[in-house]
Amino acid sequence: MRSDLTRFPFVKSLLKNRWLQLLVFFVMLAGFFFAILSGFAGTPVGNNNFGIVFVWIAWWAILILIAVPFFGRGWCAVCPIPLPGEWLQRGAILEPPARKPHWLDLRWPNKMRNIWLQNLTFTLVALFSSVILTTPKVTALVLAAMFFMAVGMSIVFERRTFCRYLCPVGGFIGLYAQVAPLELRVKDKRVCAACKDKPCYNGSQVGYGCPWDAFPGGLTRNTYCGLCMECLRTCPYDNIAINTRPFAADLAKPSTRMDEAFKAFIMLGAAMIYAGVLLGPWGALKLAAYSVGTVAWLGYAAAFLALIFGILPACFTLAVKIAQRFSRSSAPQHLFAKFATALVPLGLMFWIAFSLSFVLTNATYILTALSDPFGWGWNLFGTAGVAWQPYFTTLLVPVQALALVGGLLWSARTAQKVGAEVKASPIPVIVFCTLTTLVMLGLLL
Amino acid sequence: MKRSEILGRLLVIIGVVLVLSVPLAVHFYNGQNIVEIHGRVAESGGWSPSSIQAQVGVPLHLRLTSDDVMHSFAIGQSDMPPVDVAPGKMTELTLTFDKPGTYTYYCTRWCGPNHWRMRGVIEVTGDGSDAPQPVTPPLYMTLHLDIDAAHPAAVTPAEKPSTLRGAASAALLSAGYLTPDYYLSHSPAQSYLDLRADAAFSSLNDPEVWDLVAYIWQSNTTSERLVEGQRLYAQNCAACHGESGEGNGVFAAGVKAQTGKLPANFADPASMLGASPALLQGKILRGGMGTGMPYWGPIFNDETIWGIIGYLYTFQFDEGQR
Repeated sequence: MRSDLTRFPFVKSLLKNRWLQLLVFFVMLAGFFFAILSGFAGTPVGNNNFGIVFVWIAWWAILILIAVPFFGRGWCAVCPIPLPGEWLQRGAILEPPARKPHWLDLRWPNKMRNIWLQNLTFTLVALFSSVILTTPKVTALVLAAMFFMAVGMSIVFERRTFCRYLCPVGGFIGLYAQVAPLELRVKDKRVCAACKDKPCYNGSQVGYGCPWDAFPGGLTRNTYCGLCMECLRTCPYDNIAINTRPFAADLAKPSTRMDEAFKAFIMLGAAMIYAGVLLGPWGALKLAAYSVGTVAWLGYAAAFLALIFGILPACFTLAVKIAQRFSRSSAPQHLFAKFATALVPLGLMFWIAFSLSFVLTNATYILTALSDPFGWGWNLFGTAGVAWQPYFTTLLVPVQALALVGGLLWSARTAQKVGAEVKASPIPVIVFCTLTTLVMLGLLL
Repeated sequence: MKRSEILGRLLVIIGVVLVLSVPLAVHFYNGQNIVEIHGRVAESGGWSPSSIQAQVGVPLHLRLTSDDVMHSFAIGQSDMPPVDVAPGKMTELTLTFDKPGTYTYYCTRWCGPNHWRMRGVIEVTGDGSDAPQPVTPPLYMTLHLDIDAAHPAAVTPAEKPSTLRGAASAALLSAGYLTPDYYLSHSPAQSYLDLRADAAFSSLNDPEVWDLVAYIWQSNTTSERLVEGQRLYAQNCAACHGESGEGNGVFAAGVKAQTGKLPANFADPASMLGASPALLQGKILRGGMGTGMPYWGPIFNDETIWGIIGYLYTFQFDEGQR
């Protein structure tokens, strides 16, 4: 049940239009630099600083509540971080130039063509998140570091290596993009098979080869397609479609990759820990998470790592082992990774439930930071003095509960489908999902 | 290079430069007279900045916030009520100074063991700033009192003296005992010995003479001044000296750990009755004494210091109803 949006000429021309894309990039880039500037030059009071408020409240809300669930890698399509590096790499900001600049243009090493590095970078950010999320200068440092890494990698490696293999955000966006009701696919794979030059991958005079190092003809999941629309421009056969589709269509083809499975555990565990640290009533835990470098923080970091790399995977392994005992197949392959697919909707709904809580609580700061982005006493839009107040407090708990229970049912259904495919009982995995959901319910409600 | 490419590049470069430079330029242009002050507990640096320049008659706009716990901002020797400085909030304040000088700003909340070290100065220059300011030395200096020396009371009462009982015999007191000069320069114990040696009071027993001393001390203050003294004591002194004056405030243990000495015990007659108001004024003004006692000279004026001192003696004398 798919519907190709490119069949509407207006939509197609909009998607192919480089100027429109550049304008969006420009607005995003300006906002990105503005966030860095406000972090360094603005007030150190987090909730009065544009950098903190717009990155960790506004952007995060849009990302996790709208962009990822509905548009998959929609954010990656407009993310400004790769723009300057890509400009250097390509030697142009719009169409491909007549002569390409000479950079190293290296291939990313084969052994590192996975998301383990992204798992690591996300975990690093998560370990320091209490400081990053509340300290404008540290947020600015992290954003600036991402920017310079992206530029540096663009002139050393080919394509968007930073986005594909290092960006701490890109990893989980790719994982959860599988649930989005939107996909970029080819209309007819036979056309791709017959295509000699593969301009969608290698580039042509009208466009660049896939910046995400993906061959559109082989796309079966959203995970590594950045929706940059280059293939839509370069395909000489008009064979690229932007389809609407049912939610979570990609999960019907469970991944067998352990890096993606562990990304699911990292995200699941991080949501639980954030809920405890940022929303829970435990002052000592908050202090430990904030006191980077102290013994208390080391304990917090050890517990964090133990949960996401030890306890959760160990419990899940146990569940999978039990499932394996009741397997009707003699040697089910990749059972762990395939069943971990069930954690994708569960984790996404954990994050949605968690994010609703702090976004609705802190949304007022968006208005104040809009009028006084640096905390310098400006009042650009007359909203600097808006008193803090949480929104929809009466709806919050029911909606969170609904999100968590809905996520559990969704993951149970996914586990059931995986179980049918691998001929193993999904019940132990469903029990695992239920227990983690109960913990999350306890932390949030 | 295509025209569209040039246009695209210009859009990005000029746009980004504008986005970054315009706010900074506006801030620099507008922000000449705005000072943002951050409060942190003294262990983390105290007020930042801790020194501000201002001009007589030119409004000084302050934006105050705390980077850690709740603080409060007050200007020493002024009538300005303290303003709370909360973490995560900006408090705006505009000050206009009509006289040049050095003004001390300080925290009035017990924010940490070294709370009193949270101080900064505003150097105000302008009209008359070059003119020498008349300085009146404080009384303890005029009297050449050694405020670091021990001051044991030569004699102490068997029971707490009462101002009400003392009032019954007050008619016997000559005017000389009731002058401010006498009160300020004598300790209660010295006053007791003076009265005891005076033949006019030979008919009174020892407790009755102590009651007269209490009366003399009460007659040199007022109810309003005692209430204000009590408020200031609770705000600034009780953290170390304790609500009951026994040297057992919440920071007392910290003071002992730092200096090896507990804060002064105002409830102890052996030392308190040996201290004259002038001596206590010196201790409050200058601080120190190796005890961690802050210097309050830049914070309190004479009026408030005498009010606090009057209140300190209430730990020794039964004041009755105020």
